[in-house]
Amino acid sequence: MTVAGWLTIAIFALLLTALAIPLGSYLAKVYTGQRVFLSPLLGGPERLLYRLMRVDAGREQDWKSYAKSLLLFSLAGWLLLYLILRTQDAFFVPHALNPLGYHSAPWNVTFNTVSSFVTNTNWQYYSGETTMSYFSQMAGLTVQNWLSAGVGIVVAVALVRAIVSRSGKGIGNFWKDIVRTVLYVLGPISVIGAIVLLSQGVIQNFGSYLTAHTLTGATQSIAMGPVASQEAIKLLGTNGGGFFNVNSAHPFENPNGFTNFFEMLLVLIVPAALVFMYGRMTGNRRQGYAIYGTMMVMFLGAVVVAYVAEAHGSPAQHAAGLHTHAIAGSAGGNMEGKEQRFGIAGSALFDVVTTVTSCGAVNSALESFTGIGGAVPFANLSASEVIFGGVGTGLYSILLYVLLAVFIGGLMVGRTPEWLGKKLEAREIKLAGLGILVTPLAALLATALATATSGGRASISALGKGPQGFSESFYAYLSQSNNNGSAFAGYTGLIQPNAGNVGAHGVTFADLLGGFVMLFARFGPIVFALAVAGALAGKRVTPAGLGTMRTDNPTFAVLLIGVIVLVGALTFFPALLLGPVVQGLTGHLY
Amino acid sequence: MRREIVTSLLAVIVFTILLGVVYPLVITGVGQVAFPGNANGQKVYVDGRLVGSKIIGQSFTRPVLETNGKPKEEEGELVTEPDPRYFQSRPSATEGGAYNAAASTFSNRGPNDKATEEADAEQAKEYLALNGPYDPGLTVAEIPVDAVNTSASNLDPEISPANASIQAHRIAAKRQLPLNVVDGLIGRYTDGRGLGFSGEPGVNVLELNLALDRLTGGAR
Repeated sequence: MTVAGWLTIAIFALLLTALAIPLGSYLAKVYTGQRVFLSPLLGGPERLLYRLMRVDAGREQDWKSYAKSLLLFSLAGWLLLYLILRTQDAFFVPHALNPLGYHSAPWNVTFNTVSSFVTNTNWQYYSGETTMSYFSQMAGLTVQNWLSAGVGIVVAVALVRAIVSRSGKGIGNFWKDIVRTVLYVLGPISVIGAIVLLSQGVIQNFGSYLTAHTLTGATQSIAMGPVASQEAIKLLGTNGGGFFNVNSAHPFENPNGFTNFFEMLLVLIVPAALVFMYGRMTGNRRQGYAIYGTMMVMFLGAVVVAYVAEAHGSPAQHAAGLHTHAIAGSAGGNMEGKEQRFGIAGSALFDVVTTVTSCGAVNSALESFTGIGGAVPFANLSASEVIFGGVGTGLYSILLYVLLAVFIGGLMVGRTPEWLGKKLEAREIKLAGLGILVTPLAALLATALATATSGGRASISALGKGPQGFSESFYAYLSQSNNNGSAFAGYTGLIQPNAGNVGAHGVTFADLLGGFVMLFARFGPIVFALAVAGALAGKRVTPAGLGTMRTDNPTFAVLLIGVIVLVGALTFFPALLLGPVVQGLTGHLY
Repeated sequence: MRREIVTSLLAVIVFTILLGVVYPLVITGVGQVAFPGNANGQKVYVDGRLVGSKIIGQSFTRPVLETNGKPKEEEGELVTEPDPRYFQSRPSATEGGAYNAAASTFSNRGPNDKATEEADAEQAKEYLALNGPYDPGLTVAEIPVDAVNTSASNLDPEISPANASIQAHRIAAKRQLPLNVVDGLIGRYTDGRGLGFSGEPGVNVLELNLALDRLTGGAR
């Protein structure tokens, strides 16, 4: 461990908070229809988009109508993306958009990929530079990076609106929300982000792959592509699907220590700001601070564990006689699967940043993390995306937990639970409970299926290597059900003997199971969250009395952490013990 | 309902044009005008010949020759060995040979995997064999981890300063340069931490080797 490492973590937390507070105020204005500094510039395009899409932006929707628009929009996106990916080598696609002449990936892998991008998961069985044409990457995958992020954000916004609404059943207009999200929120930050990344060495071109003649006379082929535009939104929208196979570990996606820091900020800025937006919109900013504090405590805990574990080194390194402590000119640690320019701290922090959110980008090989270091992403995923979480997803997920915590608190003091002046009744609690259970249900059932059947075991690369094989499978379905997308990358669903998909075939079991898990665990909780919104909208508000439990102080934050940890631990502990915990407790090699 | 379906389809198409075509093209335009070197991959030319990208790692190995002077092959693949006149990059396990930048891949070596230990031990042995003769007293325990472990991308352009200073002894001897000259070059091609705190310092191997070639008039 190094001083610079700890400093990175501290500065990151402070800077994130400092940037997220003003952005939260901005978001509150955007979603309550107030003028912002970008309105003069974007008002015209906004109205143009409404006209092109034939949207009546003034119409309020109730939760059912809102959910219907959202599901139809996602379905349309799914169909178009499937079409684009399956026709990437069709006769009508110009050569410049597919300069390497890559065939489409098989149908089963494409089913998985499309479901993955539409659900903001970005789980990738394919490897970008040997599978996808430039057109598929930019007009197919990148578009869903924007839209799936937008869908997550608008659900959170609709839920918050319902919580604070005083009358009526309306929770906003889906089309207006998604257009404003793209234009006012994701658009400006993404453009600035892409330009900053360009200035640091992220590539952006449509050239053929380079052929270099190295100093010692060998040839090296170097993949190219329009990377910066996709990189910025991939991080900002907590999507995580890399242009290249190795994602943000690739020097063309993440060239130096500064970009690594900047990319982590891009990932967390919107999820963090949404929490402050929530505080603003409730009219009591401390409501936001309590939730932010809850998230930050769990986040920092995860970072410390990951950093210490990775700096310690792995049993394999020690058995080989390597010394892993820091020496002059080398920070030591478990450098297997990590880049020199990021070091241990930059890798551990990135790992936590992208697994607490639904981002799932990686800048180091999770499969090579130590048992305990690897248990951290497991734990983050087990918390079901409430530690900041995906854009929007994080806020609506933790608000469901807040509901549960208020309910449990109410039971403890023996009063009807109240939240922001609204009485919580059986319907809301049932819906929130169901919403919380969807993800663990999908994760555990799929893992059980995948480890108990030979079809599922066909995907495991560490088969017969002790707990690592189980860890791989478990992580695969935990990640897909949380719409995260990071992977213990040995787990495979595409056999691709040659670049360009010549002779490639998918592992149907893993492809389909994963695809359905992602769709179910994405749209299930969304529908429940919107249903909760419907139940809360227009509920009568009674002024807080002496016996009202406060939800804006540290005591409540502690209760909330307790509920989250308890639910996560009770659900996932047995499975975690079989994989990463065993590996962390033993120095034994398999 | 019908109106919602029409709006869904229109929205997806309009967004695809805006976000999937206009946005990437605008960024491409900005990149090609404002940062053409970066946007095209920081290509490095020597005498008009493209030798690689500044930020993509590459191998500095040469073919092993048979006693009859022909390159040795095993199962149709050229057998290579580190070229001792050049600083060596980190080990790489991309498919189709080390540092294949057309197919980046993780090594996926598990922390409790016997195969990982064997790969580490083998790599440490090779490192000792290459550098030990020029740096007597070098032991496995002193080898920096980055010299033995594969990177995440397997395309890491950098090595740790500690790794470079061990290799400096060999380079100085092979190129008949004073050690302090080689160490000075290492210092010049070491990239510091981002913003002064983010990440670890690293030595850019390609730039360093190019500087060596310039200094000694090629690899002699």
